[in-house]
Amino acid sequence: MRPRHRHLLFLVAGAGVLGYLVWGMLDLSPFGRYPGPYGDIVNAVAFSERHVLNVVTAVIFDYRGFDTLGEEFILFACVTGVSLLLRHEGDEQGDRCSPKPRRESSLEQAIAPHASEASRSCAALYCGLILVFGVYIVLTGHLSVGGGFQGGVILASAWLLVLVAFGSPALHRFARKYAVEWFESAGAGAYVLIGLASLLFGQNFLTNILPLGEPGQLLSSGTILLINCGVGIEVSSGFILLLCEFGKPLQHQKPVR
Amino acid sequence: MSYLPYCVAAWLFVIGLYGVVTSRHLVHLIVCLSVVQSSTYLLLLSIGFRDLPAQAPIFSDVPPGTPAVDPVVHALTLTDIVVSATVSALLLALVMDVQRRRGSVDPETLSPFRE
Repeated sequence: MRPRHRHLLFLVAGAGVLGYLVWGMLDLSPFGRYPGPYGDIVNAVAFSERHVLNVVTAVIFDYRGFDTLGEEFILFACVTGVSLLLRHEGDEQGDRCSPKPRRESSLEQAIAPHASEASRSCAALYCGLILVFGVYIVLTGHLSVGGGFQGGVILASAWLLVLVAFGSPALHRFARKYAVEWFESAGAGAYVLIGLASLLFGQNFLTNILPLGEPGQLLSSGTILLINCGVGIEVSSGFILLLCEFGKPLQHQKPVR
Repeated sequence: MSYLPYCVAAWLFVIGLYGVVTSRHLVHLIVCLSVVQSSTYLLLLSIGFRDLPAQAPIFSDVPPGTPAVDPVVHALTLTDIVVSATVSALLLALVMDVQRRRGSVDPETLSPFRE
């Protein structure tokens, strides 16, 4: 199909979709007048029932905890899929991620030669700050803005800085693939284990069984804090694995027909 | 004016679809797909929004019981963002695989009829 014909066809179809969407949305209550009872109920009961200050975290890791388990495994499956797709033929031989010669080379040799002095110093300066900030965001998900997903991505961005400033071999030295894979599986498994632990106490799966503690304290909200930490570990190591895969130098191969 | 955010969400959806339909590069197509997905964030957050005396559903600075916007749609939006980020990563990996196998990332030349 020629591009011009495609544009014309889309003009008709897109106008139809747009009109249909707007027609459907006009039946919603006007912007700023939220009608539904669910949000109000959760806002009213979350503080007393779960001792959580951030109600969004309470919804994600407690009231809708089972959905988030599925969401986490979407992330897990996706990281696995990316690793499978970007696996090169040579990877199966020897060590899985870091080949033997690379392990013997010193850190100075692992640093990419093209990296500028300015970007290296800035990355070295900010890596520690980003790690501390990421841990803070993961740990205070039940108290303020934050949580395992957001904090996990912030933690992984420290490794992204390493990749950008020092190059791919240096990233592999800072993130041994077997260790990162272990952390990812442990983070994902911790969620299920916390859920199963409530079965031992005769409760439903993922019931909040731990003592809720004083609202506003770091050690409060029961299992929400634990699940937050597990998710933070899982998300950060998942994204580090993605960085490892996408940061691998491209092997130029003949197109496989 | 009170329906403007919904209309912006619909517009984002359609303009992202336009990009997907007319794309000449698979990475560009994935970026357009994330524009389509961002329309769902906007729609979800607009549905749960409430005018100004209402606060964010985080009661660390305001006492519990203060009127607040709907936290359920915020949680759904977070799920949405995580899924869309992972889907983008998976699609980008597929693009790298297509480039490796077929030597091109232009949907026109990847047509099955030109094999």
